[in-house]
Amino acid sequence: MADYNTMELMICTASRELEDGASIVVGTGAPNAAAMLAQKAHSPNLVILFEAGGAAPLIPEMPISVGDSRTTWKALMASGMCEIMETCCRGMIDYTFLGGAQIDMYGNLNSTRIGPDHQKPKVRFPGSGGANDLASFCWRMLVMTPQDSKRFAEKCQFITTPGWLTGGDSRAKSGLPRGAGPYKIITNMAVMDFEPESKRMRIIGVNPGYSEKDVQDNCGFELLKEKKIVENKPPTAKELSILREQIDPYRYVIGR
Amino acid sequence: MNVIDQGIGKIFTDPDADKARAFFRTKSRKLESKVMSVKEAVEKFVHDGDYLTLGGFGANRVPIAVAHEIVRQGRKNMGFAGHTSTHDFQILCAGEVFNKLDVAYIVGLEARGLSPNARRYMESGKVEVSEWTNYSLSVRFKAAAAGVSFYPSRNIMGTDTFKYSGAKIIECPFTGTKYAAMPALYPDVSAIHVHESDIYGNCRARGITVSDFDVARASKHLIITCERLISNDEIRRDPSYTVIPYWCVDAVCQVPYGSYPGNMYAEYFSDEEHIREWMKVEEDPVEFKKFLEKNIYSCKDHFEYIEKNGGIHKMLKLRDKEFMFVKARD
Repeated sequence: MADYNTMELMICTASRELEDGASIVVGTGAPNAAAMLAQKAHSPNLVILFEAGGAAPLIPEMPISVGDSRTTWKALMASGMCEIMETCCRGMIDYTFLGGAQIDMYGNLNSTRIGPDHQKPKVRFPGSGGANDLASFCWRMLVMTPQDSKRFAEKCQFITTPGWLTGGDSRAKSGLPRGAGPYKIITNMAVMDFEPESKRMRIIGVNPGYSEKDVQDNCGFELLKEKKIVENKPPTAKELSILREQIDPYRYVIGR
Repeated sequence: MNVIDQGIGKIFTDPDADKARAFFRTKSRKLESKVMSVKEAVEKFVHDGDYLTLGGFGANRVPIAVAHEIVRQGRKNMGFAGHTSTHDFQILCAGEVFNKLDVAYIVGLEARGLSPNARRYMESGKVEVSEWTNYSLSVRFKAAAAGVSFYPSRNIMGTDTFKYSGAKIIECPFTGTKYAAMPALYPDVSAIHVHESDIYGNCRARGITVSDFDVARASKHLIITCERLISNDEIRRDPSYTVIPYWCVDAVCQVPYGSYPGNMYAEYFSDEEHIREWMKVEEDPVEFKKFLEKNIYSCKDHFEYIEKNGGIHKMLKLRDKEFMFVKARD
């Protein structure tokens, strides 16, 4: 078994979720690395799009911005924000990868603020950007994030981006497109999905070297557990070599 | 139409389409030269209290020369659309130019991290904010460009982003489906950087378009900066390349490297070294003041800024990066 760090593990685990022929809107950093890895390792026909307008590029190196020229390098189309978001809203985009400062048991995300006063926040974060749009429209939202009990919070101080809202059928009732929502949460410790009825976060797989207890101890709310929890597979030598040699040779993401 | 729910965020601009039509009725359709300096354009079309939009995507095809000039001329109390504004947002925060803000994406510079000074400004309580999303602001411009007062969209519902926005939830008269109604956004003034324009303001742009073509049409006044002026004959030779027509445009300013230190598609990559320096120096307010004095306040124009930061040698290096002759992070 090859040696690897937790960032490499998360990227490899995430990339395996992206099947050949699927479509995805990604941002910069680790999600981008996961999509590039999927494309090079097992899903050559994965369609990668960027919210600022880049569509199906042959990404030569990791973009710094979701609007920089790498997102249109040898692409099929250089379009605009409405074009990409409307493709999502029409129902043609399978996946998106998002993250945030806080995530709750229904997969709602906070990337707006910490502190009670909206006009004078204790900490101001960027806000939605395209996250709320992508989580509303793409069929399956994936989150890749390091796990600790501060980030996995009982309650988000601000719900920037919709998960399953308050669980059950609350999301369907809200008016958001039906059938779309959070799918899997990939952390350094585990992979979680959402129990179909309550829509609460549930452990389905634990990473090598971690126990179910570790996962629960590093979570600010009670996690449900799938009947049979699997041990997730570590990165393969092939995945690691593509990731290290072709995708991130300068270790900008995997060196974090 | 019944309103099912509504956000508590303020709408800083009037979405009334008839008032906008009355304004656009008075806008000149004369085919005349609008060429002027950035200084003149900002003096003439950007006023204290106006609502401003900057085109591009944060540090990609952004009208940097206009942003610097607005700070240099000391504009205040403006409204601003934070529609994935990153480096442009940093510049406007440095001048404390706006105090009303529609947020989609602010404070951050994507993979580069968060701007310390923009965070300080946004945490100071000096800015009144309404929350939106990238697509929400896109369709607010789209509604304005179409001359209607709102646009229905299926995002934002059920979240605090909705609660702190100025959107309203309505029911579709055909299907009964819920929609978020996004109010049209007609900016008082916008600036967009493009690849080429003629002297009248007929524009060509390449690469991603973000929301710029809608912003151009939605804005009451529009300043175009361009990498190159081209002849009107060239525009007429193949009109299929024209993306913004001259009747939307009030000023045309020729500014080669006008998106520097941002990226310009098929021209030059972003100057990551300079942006890093900017982020770093913001940590110390005293040092940042000196940095701004050097790079904005004491500069006559955009060329002096570029000269101070590597001049033509730097521009050639950024061109090599854009075409992948060398890697972006080298």
